[in-house]
Amino acid sequence: MNALAHLALPAAEPLIDANWLDYTFVAIYFAFVLGIGVMARRSVSDSIDFFLSGRSLPAWVTGLAFISANLGAVEIMGMSANGAEIGLPTVHYFWVGAIPAMLFLGVVMMPFYYGSKVRSVPEFMFRRFGKGAHLVNAISFAFAQLLIAGVNLYLLGSIVHALLGWPLWVALIVAAAIVLSYITLGGLSAAIYNEVLQFFVIVASLLPLTLIGLHRVGGYGGLKDKITAFAESQPAGSKVAPAAQQLESWPGQALSGFDSPFWSVVGIVFGLGFVLSFGYWTTNFVEVQRAMASKSISAARKTPIIGAFPKMFVPFLVIFPGMVSAVLVKEIIDLKGGGSPPGGASGEGVKYNDALLLLMRDILPNGLLGLAIAGLLAAFMAGMAANISAFNTVFSYDLWQRYIRKDHSDDYYLRIGRLATVAATLIAIFTATLASSFSNIMDYLQTLFGFFNAPLFATFILGMFWKRMTATAGWVGLASGTLSAVLVAFLSEDAFGSLSQGVIPLSGQGASFVAASTAFVVDIVLSVVVSLATQPKPASELKGLVYSETPREDLVDPEEASLPWYQRTLPLAGIALVMVLVLNFAF
Amino acid sequence: MSDKKTDTSAEASGGHTAGAFDIRNIIGALLAIYGVLLLAAGLFMDTEEAKTGGVNANLWTGLALAVAGAVFLVWARLKPIIVPADVERVEDDPTRPAPRRRPGGH
Repeated sequence: MNALAHLALPAAEPLIDANWLDYTFVAIYFAFVLGIGVMARRSVSDSIDFFLSGRSLPAWVTGLAFISANLGAVEIMGMSANGAEIGLPTVHYFWVGAIPAMLFLGVVMMPFYYGSKVRSVPEFMFRRFGKGAHLVNAISFAFAQLLIAGVNLYLLGSIVHALLGWPLWVALIVAAAIVLSYITLGGLSAAIYNEVLQFFVIVASLLPLTLIGLHRVGGYGGLKDKITAFAESQPAGSKVAPAAQQLESWPGQALSGFDSPFWSVVGIVFGLGFVLSFGYWTTNFVEVQRAMASKSISAARKTPIIGAFPKMFVPFLVIFPGMVSAVLVKEIIDLKGGGSPPGGASGEGVKYNDALLLLMRDILPNGLLGLAIAGLLAAFMAGMAANISAFNTVFSYDLWQRYIRKDHSDDYYLRIGRLATVAATLIAIFTATLASSFSNIMDYLQTLFGFFNAPLFATFILGMFWKRMTATAGWVGLASGTLSAVLVAFLSEDAFGSLSQGVIPLSGQGASFVAASTAFVVDIVLSVVVSLATQPKPASELKGLVYSETPREDLVDPEEASLPWYQRTLPLAGIALVMVLVLNFAF
Repeated sequence: MSDKKTDTSAEASGGHTAGAFDIRNIIGALLAIYGVLLLAAGLFMDTEEAKTGGVNANLWTGLALAVAGAVFLVWARLKPIIVPADVERVEDDPTRPAPRRRPGGH
């Protein structure tokens, strides 16, 4: 019966009432993206203007592309969902969970990447540890990309569903087809152009949304009053966090789910701030490559640091709308009060993930609504395209070429790559249905990052600074770290959704922080133990791969000292650090 | 572009301006188009002030975007990017399949 109901199109009233004007905004955006793709394509055949222009991009452009490559589904939908559910502590994902790691990347890691010519994580693993660690890393990376692509596809599909009212599975297939065609356009330069463009469209749509939202609830003061009144109206024992926890960022119990304020701070600083975020930012080559595209070590180092400045203020654009939504949109108020309102972007009941879409429906006039839809579509498409492409590269070159079919022609691997792209898109439709079972997409993503990024970061950082670490320790650490995180998630209350057993009394994002920290610690301990029992590589093979074996002059830019202070890496990083500290005290 | 001398000297050394490839022109054009459309919507269409709380949101956002777009276009005009002729090629991002340049490809 259900299946029959699904076949009738359109199955539901559209959530969002878009008119021709809104679709015009979307169409114009697609025309621009298409135009950039055509320019990139033409320049491949007859001239290299496009790529040359790409090489001379100024630092602010690569800086914006750097954060824009990350300003996708997670940031926009995940953070607004979090804002609606738990309020202000969500800012930790930015001020603790991103800025320090971005500064560390710029100050410490970037010279190393730039100097050692390492271009991808699997490549580093292969050169540093050999086949074992490379194989484990390549498989887990490919797997992670498919799961995260599913998250992006699910959010993209939910917008299509919200606009047209199609059932989610039809929306997913349509969205997958759109992404597949988008992927075939443009290379790195086109990607950077699109990302910078996307950044401005997203800011142009989220800023009015935030301002109008705050205006509707009577400014920030009015928002605080309404959240307080709502929290107090809830019966004792409800899941809604007390107003004080929703309106102060520290100690963030609403975020970590820990009862003790002390352990909450430890969990956020170590689990989120150190393991998860350093793991994410320092090993995420989708973003690191934006910086590599610049012309000198100095410019490459400054890319994440310049990106840190706008990044600091992104939370206001995504978290405030979520918080406003929780006191203004009747479905979200109902949901937060313990109800289960029907409908929503997935068609299976309203979730926190819908907070932003519903707020757009309620407060944006046609016109601005179209601008916002264009921005969201752009962000999710680019996000999923990046996941699929990353999967494709690792699958065809790191797995297929190295372990299955060696020494074939370029054409052969390109064909395999194309097949991998199509296959990955199809698989993403299934991982998207997996993602749709989580009410707050952020819980799911943090769990995934804990599985994949935390052990990777542990192995990476240990292998980079400790020359004694051996090849066997490389793959043992990675594999055991991932397995231990999976085990913790499995034993927790809900980090694995319905698969979790509830043996350990942890839920929400606190559980994923603990899973990530466990993975990190297990990885480090086992790596050290195994290293001491096995034979290290000779020092001559570690040049450019281990810090102490890399010549100093490979790590510095001789021209840096001649720049004025405000263009040098360290003073800029210092200013960013001070600003983020001030923000932490202010909220 | 306004200064012919810089232009020719740049050409002499093999460089030229980025022109349409200058990302500021692309951003400026998109923001300006969006701005004008929103401005028109704010002036001539239903402003739906019940939703926005009594503000003509389309009008004001349109105005801001049109100004921002103009700033980008003027900035690109005043300080054009000179593309040097002999920069090394950008290695394409291996994580994003693109039309590839293959040595001796068909």
